[in-house]
Amino acid sequence: MIMEEIIQQIVNGVSLGSIYALIALGYTMVYGIIKLINFAHGDIYMIGAYVGFALTTFLKLGFFPALILSMVICAILGVIIEKVAYKPIRNSTRIAALITAISVSLFLEYGMMYFFKPDTRTFPSLLPDKQIKIFNTDAVLDIKNVYIIVVTISLMLLLQYVIHRTKVGKAMRAVSLDRDAAQLMGIDINKTISNTFAIGSALAGAAGVLVGTYYNSINPLMGVVPGLKAFVAAVIGGIGIIPGAVFGGFFLGITETTISSLGGSLYKDAVAFAILILVLLLKPNGFLGKDVKEKV
Amino acid sequence: MLELKDLHVYYGGIHALKGIDIKVNEGEIVTLVGANGSGKTTTLRTISGLETLKSGNILFKGKDLKKVTASEIVKMGISHVPEGRRVFADMSVYENLEIGAFTRKDKSEIEKDIQNIYSLFPILYERKNQSASTLSGGEQQMLAIGRALLSRPELLLLDEPSMGLAPLIVKDIFDIIVDINKKGTTILLVEQNANMALQCANRAYIIKNGKIELEGKASELLNHDEVKNAYLGG
Repeated sequence: MIMEEIIQQIVNGVSLGSIYALIALGYTMVYGIIKLINFAHGDIYMIGAYVGFALTTFLKLGFFPALILSMVICAILGVIIEKVAYKPIRNSTRIAALITAISVSLFLEYGMMYFFKPDTRTFPSLLPDKQIKIFNTDAVLDIKNVYIIVVTISLMLLLQYVIHRTKVGKAMRAVSLDRDAAQLMGIDINKTISNTFAIGSALAGAAGVLVGTYYNSINPLMGVVPGLKAFVAAVIGGIGIIPGAVFGGFFLGITETTISSLGGSLYKDAVAFAILILVLLLKPNGFLGKDVKEKV
Repeated sequence: MLELKDLHVYYGGIHALKGIDIKVNEGEIVTLVGANGSGKTTTLRTISGLETLKSGNILFKGKDLKKVTASEIVKMGISHVPEGRRVFADMSVYENLEIGAFTRKDKSEIEKDIQNIYSLFPILYERKNQSASTLSGGEQQMLAIGRALLSRPELLLLDEPSMGLAPLIVKDIFDIIVDINKKGTTILLVEQNANMALQCANRAYIIKNGKIELEGKASELLNHDEVKNAYLGG
């Protein structure tokens, strides 16, 4: 019985963690390249869920077409946000950029409420309602968990490929390591920043559709808490470091479900932020971050 | 090939370049010598489009570079080895070289050029899979030069290649610079090490407080009293 409980919680934790990881990847990539905490990122995830909702409810698309289209639309939205809101203030202070990001976040949340009503909507059931027993125990694996985990892992592998093997990815790494030197190699900074926003936002859009199908309900403020949690995940792993975001996401997801299953579900958010405080105190560069000393 | 005409650049409120005129002819090694803060690095950064000029012109092969972005300038044939080498620390030596060819699409030619760089700097071949941060200063300088050559530049800008290197290695680096020039790349070299720079250059400019103080044949400046006193240690 105990064993089943543990397996069940691990499955839940990994599913939740993969959502955090998907969102955290966008945070960390954008931070890596322009040193901006893009607080509007959680809202792109919300928009992804709404786009998925519209495509499946009104256009009756299936899960995968909706997932891919939603990723594309979020990518475009991310690029537009960068061009309209962040590019004009790229050379101003960090605090100005941060305030802009918060404004964009509020704009998206309340814009959605204004145009598409603040009500919670029911996301259609897209995936078969099937449960699989794990290893002949009583622990069950919902097919939805399988979809979440498989889609997330595939996207991460794809991202890994893009970043290490393609020109677009190499340009992104070069710009985040040294922007001036990257320009001297002939890399177009504006294009590379746009690409980063596109990829990060597409991942958030995918997370939105996955969560919509998993919990069957979406609302305009659904991005706030997962957005903050994903930010915590990115910091835990070391912000700006891509494997760190994945690690932080899974770590946070598994920790939260463990706390909940031990009867502390009321405190799971508090625990997440307590972990953030501990990480900032003890390992401010994150678990996978290097201790970099500022050169004077 | 390259002509700077009455270049004025402000650097964070400071009038860093106050009317610079420099000419680099095809096939030459031209050196720009001066003390710390005299405007050498700013001159190079302005040529490659990292700084914006207030007034004046930069002509490269007759074309004005004023409105051209940094990445376009690389495509036009100018490559810049920045001060402090600035290799991509978390990337391998091979990846650094590969990214030097970012503007090119001819894959097999790029691979050939990388092999050429390995034969020019055998140590880079030995360390090709190591991350660039593990290289010594001299090796990093070689990598930075190799990386810059991979865009197949017609004009190579070098910013203090001798900085922080042991004298023996400085000599190697300068031999290689002369070698690169002999193979057909024009070079504009910025140096504090006036002695080495004047020995390998054809012509030289002495810069002080954002203005050109002296110009002439490198061999003549090497024996010029004022230069001797100010830059060659008497």
